Amino acid sequence: MTTSLGLDNRKMAFWAFIGSECLLFASLISTYLIYKGRSVVGPYPHEILNIPFTSVSTFDLLMSSLMMVLALAAVQRGDLKWAKMWLFLTALLGMFFLAGQVYEFTSFVHEGLTLQRNLFGATFFVLTGTHGAHVTVGVIWLLTLWWRALRGKLGKGNALTVEICGLYWHFVDVVWIVIFTVVYLIQ
Amino acid sequence: MRESPAGEHAHPTAGVYLRVAAVLVILTVIEVGVFYVPAFHPVLVPTLLFLSALKFTLVVMFYMHLKMDSRFFTFLFGGPLLLAFVMTMGLMFLFGAFVLKK
Repeated sequence: MTTSLGLDNRKMAFWAFIGSECLLFASLISTYLIYKGRSVVGPYPHEILNIPFTSVSTFDLLMSSLMMVLALAAVQRGDLKWAKMWLFLTALLGMFFLAGQVYEFTSFVHEGLTLQRNLFGATFFVLTGTHGAHVTVGVIWLLTLWWRALRGKLGKGNALTVEICGLYWHFVDVVWIVIFTVVYLIQ
Repeated sequence: MRESPAGEHAHPTAGVYLRVAAVLVILTVIEVGVFYVPAFHPVLVPTLLFLSALKFTLVVMFYMHLKMDSRFFTFLFGGPLLLAFVMTMGLMFLFGAFVLKK
């Protein structure tokens, strides 16, 4: 169904949703930045953040975005074989990212950084945890599409469904681009 | 149901997607490199913010197809994004994040 502007209503609604998500993440990033450097007890960011490890996670998420657009291109040309492959790889890279986040959170807790420990812990876990929850939703969505593709129920006519999932996935990626810079690199 | 309504144009080719990915990887390597090179530390924050903004723009323009799609989608995304930026700056100003240290 198209709107009076001639645009698909689902895509338009999804862009509006992404706009609202911008404000959600901006509020979390603002909170992190406001409380930055105001923790009265450690661990502090420079003592605990692992840049090489997070750089690999960032690379992983960037590559998953590439897989996603390749999946969309495959669906648009009706190539179900490659669509299945790219969709699965996108979800797999998403799962690798989540595994990395679980490892990172666990190691931080072992080093004494918890949600209640200090302002850095509270704002860091809420911000990156919210992002991780979004990645989890994205992975479930991708696996659903992959399952549909496996059953032969994802054809050229469903390109918009894949595109909307892609919009969500790329948004999660751009949010990470900002978090990687603001939280990890600018300490 | 129409999948390509008016106002939307053909998406980039796989070659374009691969080139964008290569640029994104290079920019990430530069970001991490800049972080470790002490000579860049006086200009670390503006450099990293610029590189991050560049990566953000590339993903939004090419992978999210805002470069080819209807301008209305750009408005739907750009409006809240601008509001989010202003809100972040406003909150940081209100809570003293921009106070110069003596």
